[in-house]
Amino acid sequence: MTMEHSQIGKPVPRKEGREKVTGAARYVDDLTFPEMIHGVTVRSSLARGKILDVRFGDDIPWNEFTIVTAKDIPGKNCIALLIEDQPCLADRFVNHPEEAILLLAHPDKYLLEEARRAVHIEIEPLPAVFSIEDSLARKQIIWGEDNIFKSYRVEKGDVASAWSGAEFIVEGEYETGAQEQLYIEPQGMIARANSFDGVTVWGSLQCPYYVHKALVSLFELPKEKVRVVQTETGGGFGGKEEYPSMIAAHAALLALKSGKPVKMIYDRAEDMAATTKRHPSRTRHRTAVRRDGKLLAMEIDFTLDGGAYETLSPVVLSRGTIHAAGPYDCPNVLIQSRVVATNAPPHGAFRGFGAPQSVFALERHLDRVAAAVGLSPEELRRRNFIREGQTLSVGQVVHEKVRMDKLLDRALELSGYHEKRARFAKENPRCVIRRGIGFAAFLHGAGFTGSGEEYLASEAQVTATCDGKVQVLAGSTEMGQGTNTVFAQIAAEALGLDCEQIEILQPDTSLVPNSGPTVASRTTMIVGKLVETAALVIKKSLHDTGFLKPAYTPGEFTDACREYTGKIGALQSLVKYQHPSDLHWDDGKYQGDAYGAYAWAVYVAEVSVDTRTAEVRVEDFVAVQEVGKVINPVLAAGQIEGGVAQGIGFALYENVVWQEGRMVNGQMTNYIMPTSMDVPSIRVFFEELPYARGPAGAKGIGELPLDGTAPAIANAIAQATGVDVRKIPMTPETLLEMLEGVHA
Amino acid sequence: MRSYVPAYELQEPRNLLDALERMAREPGEWRPFAGGTDLMVLLEAGKLVQRKFLSIWKLPELSGITVAPANVNLNALTTYSEIRGHELLAREFPLLCRAAAETGSIATQNRGTLGGNIANASPAADSPPVLLVYDAELELVSASGVRWVPYHGFWNGYKKIAMRNDELIRTIRLPRQRKFSKQFYRKVGTRRAQAISKVCFAGAARMDAGRIVDIRIALGSVAPTVFRASESEKILRGEKPTPATLRAAQDILSREISPIDDIRSTARYRLRVAQNLLAEFCESLQS
Amino acid sequence: MPKAARKIRVNCKINGKAFSLEAYPMARLLDVLREQAGLTGTKEGCGEGECGACSIELDGLLVNSCLVPAVQADGAKIRTIEGVANASELSAVQQAFLTHGGAQCGICTPGMILAARNLLSRNAQPTETEIREALSGNLCRCTGYTKIFESVLEACRAQRVRS
Repeated sequence: MTMEHSQIGKPVPRKEGREKVTGAARYVDDLTFPEMIHGVTVRSSLARGKILDVRFGDDIPWNEFTIVTAKDIPGKNCIALLIEDQPCLADRFVNHPEEAILLLAHPDKYLLEEARRAVHIEIEPLPAVFSIEDSLARKQIIWGEDNIFKSYRVEKGDVASAWSGAEFIVEGEYETGAQEQLYIEPQGMIARANSFDGVTVWGSLQCPYYVHKALVSLFELPKEKVRVVQTETGGGFGGKEEYPSMIAAHAALLALKSGKPVKMIYDRAEDMAATTKRHPSRTRHRTAVRRDGKLLAMEIDFTLDGGAYETLSPVVLSRGTIHAAGPYDCPNVLIQSRVVATNAPPHGAFRGFGAPQSVFALERHLDRVAAAVGLSPEELRRRNFIREGQTLSVGQVVHEKVRMDKLLDRALELSGYHEKRARFAKENPRCVIRRGIGFAAFLHGAGFTGSGEEYLASEAQVTATCDGKVQVLAGSTEMGQGTNTVFAQIAAEALGLDCEQIEILQPDTSLVPNSGPTVASRTTMIVGKLVETAALVIKKSLHDTGFLKPAYTPGEFTDACREYTGKIGALQSLVKYQHPSDLHWDDGKYQGDAYGAYAWAVYVAEVSVDTRTAEVRVEDFVAVQEVGKVINPVLAAGQIEGGVAQGIGFALYENVVWQEGRMVNGQMTNYIMPTSMDVPSIRVFFEELPYARGPAGAKGIGELPLDGTAPAIANAIAQATGVDVRKIPMTPETLLEMLEGVHA
Repeated sequence: MRSYVPAYELQEPRNLLDALERMAREPGEWRPFAGGTDLMVLLEAGKLVQRKFLSIWKLPELSGITVAPANVNLNALTTYSEIRGHELLAREFPLLCRAAAETGSIATQNRGTLGGNIANASPAADSPPVLLVYDAELELVSASGVRWVPYHGFWNGYKKIAMRNDELIRTIRLPRQRKFSKQFYRKVGTRRAQAISKVCFAGAARMDAGRIVDIRIALGSVAPTVFRASESEKILRGEKPTPATLRAAQDILSREISPIDDIRSTARYRLRVAQNLLAEFCESLQS
Repeated sequence: MPKAARKIRVNCKINGKAFSLEAYPMARLLDVLREQAGLTGTKEGCGEGECGACSIELDGLLVNSCLVPAVQADGAKIRTIEGVANASELSAVQQAFLTHGGAQCGICTPGMILAARNLLSRNAQPTETEIREALSGNLCRCTGYTKIFESVLEACRAQRVRS
């Protein structure tokens, strides 16, 4: 049934857009409080060691400073997340460079820097581990009993039986590096705390209730005494999923001890060096394939570097593992994965969350499998694309009517793939600038994995006031992706109103329910559905009580609200997530319905490679995806375009230079993200197969573009140069050496 | 912000003479501060060691571009934007305009000055190779007088220039009518804009019947200073740019330059790219 | 403790209004605007002149205010994002950013709008290539730039229609 929508599918301008274009939007560093002072963090310079002594240099008026150490922590010295292994402040040992040891506060921001320099921490070094290989080899045990935070095993069919009958066996190892989220607004928090009122923090964050949970544990306070407010947030991308709990804890500890509001804003160098990054990865593929290109078995070994503490690594590993075998029908799959500890700052959430790593490996590998068998990359995919009724590697039966082959057709046509591939192959040998075109086919599950959404038990509320204003109360945060606007459109559509009449309340844990974290491509699909449901409940209440006729004008809606609230009471609906009864997930076997819905995509990248300098330029990019329903075409396209740009960075530019566990290129001059001259016009196309459980049929799309961009580019570089790309970022330095190898 | 900002002095001298007299009275105490695009970055990183500065940004004696029959004089405070917008420079000194266009962003081009760039002496600077190719000369002024020095040789070590601490660069002079029929500039950076160069190549040649009559080659980011590849020039001067001469020149070049590994790139990459850019330049001489 | 320099007076015009502000001589103009003048629309993204979030117009020139010392702002005419809209009427660039998705998280937006405005004041009908180049000093992590270019092109079109 196709519906005429009044709000859904419309390019409604961003709700908070006016504030953003006039400079009126208030980010945390724009706020000041009376008597507010500033805070800074003193950090470890070593990767691993025993703290022997802390000395405070002369020449600083220390009596004017508030100084906080681990001893000042009222509750547990840890940042509560999945487990409790990460200290808020290092006490006796440090386990990564930049680990926080001590906090300082003072009214003078400048003096704080001088003071920070004057704190001398003596650390006795301990042997440290800096690579996946060394961690697995257990050169040192730096975490738990074996350095392994988590491991998974996913099995389908019987991989062992497939090798002997296989006509081709193709192996390969693929690596991806760390990637810094590089939100343009650095991490920041303001805290107020006293033992009577409790703790309140305002800041740049994605998950108010994660911060809430961490502060409740750290301060040993009842839940009502901790309040977390999200300020306008200048980008997150996962980098503000778990880290804000740490900076909020620090600001709050200083606030508690000083008795004053404390503002902590990281400068860029500190932000880059001390906070989370995308997990580096190593994937090994072994694939059995028949002469006709049919995949017989995929054995995948997937390892992530988790840094020094567990934080969210098991969940990142989970998503990476589940996405490792892609949108293909393969009867025998074995995926063994693990995330290991190293003495680097803990790696964390970054858009894609494990999938960009495993999808890079898979899509690069399948181009090589195609070549081994003598098929084109396209033909290999066509002969293996999964269809409705077939099962993914975790045993999930695909119930969506997806046609990956049609997405592939469309993407290849829009990009001029066939003509270009043939022309480039012909012209390249006599060209200094070589060209190539490549693609990646992939899927991305929306929402938390398996029973995750059930565990989150998210809630959202819609309230109608006596003057007909409709408020949406959710813990989901706007950080540029368009949450405010999409929620407004969903509520407006459900109520037959205009978006102007919908107000999205600022996420404040004292006001809004816990809608779960703003991550995992879940906000529109899962929380948006709760918003839709709540709005419909409101409408039904008004109809059922007779205050509202079946067809009505906005004015009549307002009248009905006035009557209802006057005569009956509060007009509100709090809706809690109900896990669909037909989705089953076995956590023990890691089998079942991993995600309620997937977005499906094919991305095509065209590159030029200057053989003199090995500089790669993305000349054209086509992104085709099936997403259920596009709620707002401008916002949806914006998500894909922005994600592709980040994927271009992941593939070509964003190299973290490590020295003994520390990022040494932590300035924007030396950590290279794409400028406007480095990205082409990104051409985005949507298809819609409405997902019944999504609001208006929408699925999640936020992370999708990070999965397919890098492998498409890698495959294009391979066509352009003959270089067998195995590792990203593919910097000119690496590519030049490989080009020389090809021509040697 | 990593520095203790209150500890820094930045004073405005009344005029150029006042600035020079103060620098002469307290040698080494006061450093000139032009547009700030280098010094403020150091300040913010907590790496600005010098504490006392004289703001020369608005001094009219140090601003402006004058054109004379034999040369063009760019006063030290000439910004990259001013270079880009100057018609005669675009015609007669196109490499300088190219270098200016590839320096930082428009915002930094509006504040970055040629004199500041020279005084900062970063081996990765984008304009200095061009100044070498154009045989630039510098006018250095102090309270005790004026002297002119060729730009070639002015740089005598990593971030060191042959200028006394009571001197200021006043003018950069470019001789006109060098008759370089072929000019080439290429900066290979970390990305297409706002990039620090990994290798920067400036070349100019005067050709006659397919033979190189005169040639200049200068590179940035491949040595502790910006670098004039005199030995490579010698091999090419008087020759036709054939593949054999090119190979010989590339070989000499690899021994003349001394690129390093750093956080942006590798010695191997810089070496290979420098040789490839030399090839690109020589190929352009053939047409 | 190093000795502190004397604070100076910075007399300047910001968005047409006269200000007399006190600051250390090497204080960044960015901080003077945000803290002393209370104009928080100009943002800090990197503190090293790379991201352009701090872009303002200083005597008609686009500059990174994180790289300008307070002393050099004395006597200057400054325009910040707060001075771009005309009372309640948004400029063409601002209006286009709203309708064409030029702003997502919004932190780069003030600087981006200043840069776009600066471009259009020099070149009323830029090509897409010219727009790319003019905005290359402003980093955006959210949009991938595509809708920023579309917004600027829309602003040009709207201005063409107006005149």
